[in-house]
Amino acid sequence: MSAIAVRAPAGRRRLSPLTLATYLAGLLLAGITVVPLLFVFLDGAKTNAQINSSATGLPHPWAWHNYAQLLSSAAFWQPLANSAEVAVLVTALVLVLGSMAAFALSRYDFRGREGLFLVFAIGLLWPLNAAALPLYLLLDKIGLVDSILGLVLCEAAFALPLTVVILRPFMREIPGELEDAAVVDGASRLQFFLRVLLPLSRPALATVAVLAFINSWNQYLLPLLLFTSTDHYTLPLAVANFQTQFAQDTASILAFTALSMVPALACFIFAQRHLVGGFSGAVKG
Amino acid sequence: MAVAGDTDLDIQAGPLGSGPPARGGRSGRSGWLRGPGLRRKIELTLLLGPALLLFAGFALLPIVLAAYDGMYKWTGFGPLGSFAGLYNYRLVLDDPVFRQAFGHNLIIVAASILIQLPLGLGMALLLNRRIWGRAALRTLVFAPFVLPYATTAVMWLLLLQPGGFVDQVLKLTGLAGLTQLWLANLHLVIYTMIVVLTWQFFGFAMLLMLAGLQGIPGELLEAAALDGASAWRTTWRITIPLLGPTIRIWLFLSIVGSLQVFDQVWIMTEGGPANASSTMATYLVQRGFQSSEFGYGSAVAVIMFGICFIFALVYQRFVLRRDTAGALTRAVG
Repeated sequence: MSAIAVRAPAGRRRLSPLTLATYLAGLLLAGITVVPLLFVFLDGAKTNAQINSSATGLPHPWAWHNYAQLLSSAAFWQPLANSAEVAVLVTALVLVLGSMAAFALSRYDFRGREGLFLVFAIGLLWPLNAAALPLYLLLDKIGLVDSILGLVLCEAAFALPLTVVILRPFMREIPGELEDAAVVDGASRLQFFLRVLLPLSRPALATVAVLAFINSWNQYLLPLLLFTSTDHYTLPLAVANFQTQFAQDTASILAFTALSMVPALACFIFAQRHLVGGFSGAVKG
Repeated sequence: MAVAGDTDLDIQAGPLGSGPPARGGRSGRSGWLRGPGLRRKIELTLLLGPALLLFAGFALLPIVLAAYDGMYKWTGFGPLGSFAGLYNYRLVLDDPVFRQAFGHNLIIVAASILIQLPLGLGMALLLNRRIWGRAALRTLVFAPFVLPYATTAVMWLLLLQPGGFVDQVLKLTGLAGLTQLWLANLHLVIYTMIVVLTWQFFGFAMLLMLAGLQGIPGELLEAAALDGASAWRTTWRITIPLLGPTIRIWLFLSIVGSLQVFDQVWIMTEGGPANASSTMATYLVQRGFQSSEFGYGSAVAVIMFGICFIFALVYQRFVLRRDTAGALTRAVG
């Protein structure tokens, strides 16, 4: 329904110049996006000699041993497990604490409510990258440096603002009559929260969970400062570390990079709907 | 759009109908919504307490501590060094290396706006109709945004090696003359970074614009067409102005993001060569962390925070004021 569609009313079969331009631009864009990724996946299946002589083109013959080697070693699985552990814990923590806070901030009336909400909203302006060093110093004081728990607490704290900011307006929109009905049925406030409000908030909860998970999954600077033992390394750290450690072995680095992209891509395809929905929701306001 | 633009709105909205009803004795709701006193207070404490504690402890406290630490000459662990007042802050702001890094952040800000905004908007306009493969393209172009920046940084690092993939492609297409030391050329490296960042973030701009476009009622555009407005004119006079809130939110997110770029730069060049691609965040890590000047580093962190915060307030005050684009804009400032 764009302005452009108005002039070329719903598709006759012939290609208008504009449609043609769209396809060309789209194709170009797709190419620019995909080619670097293809390079990673394909060249991960070459030997270093093959890459040096020709980085472009298909592997000939396919050298699967880079992938096979990584898949059979802890170098890949350990950081994958670490990343998953951190991301799951962060997401769970944020969902529980965030939905409770959003419930209080949306369905209760009390003095200072808007002020509290403002405090959370301002948290959105406090970038985690700027906070990394102060967080490191704080965790050092309380003995949580180089622990998964320390990282989880920090990431969850920084994910809370967005969670509350997305959940509160959503919970507000749920009609008050439902609350009345719950009361009539003899439900307690807690039961209303658990049985009515949370299930109804599922789309917003999904968006919030996906955002928290992806943010945690992608975090690099904070764990870089916090973790001294490579046992704790999350996937982004492990990839970067692998690259510096085996700088000469381009093929293995590419295979590692490719493998580490798979979970994010899979997760994205699976959760796309919630992401897109969340963004458009935030924009419409 | 913004009816009153202030928080009172929330409380008054109830009687008007659609908003959440005011919860006071007035609405005649039964017991547990207004129940006086203790039980309610306990509930509120239990609901809000954990989130507030976590947020205050791990998000607010660090900045307060950093502001404090920044006033000390503190190198390494153990007790703080001697009190230095605002000396560290002055030192940071006077350091040409920090200024250079900040300048690079500004270049990145400008480049994102000049490149991603028109391209993202243009592409979204083109794609905002039924076209074969649109959903696939949307997914594809958005994909780089969800990949960990660290992994795409390693990818680009290898793509851009001398004699690597990019150079080989140039050679194959007969453009070997254009080959450069993409990451080692002092004058070029920051622009290489911009290409990498554009690759990663373009999809986000496009997706946001597409989402915004879908919120524009088709009737408006049909009416304009009936009045004889050309497609070009409709786009400029109706579609793009109506997209204002989306564009302003994107600008905000993009600028805050550009001010804290770290992962890509750190992995590809560590801010080098000779600080030619440094950003505030790489400066922070180099000066504050790697050389254990924690007092100085804290000052850098506070300054970074201050820059983002001041920008956000100014932006909110002058640009976002009229939008009701999400709670962020309503709540801040």
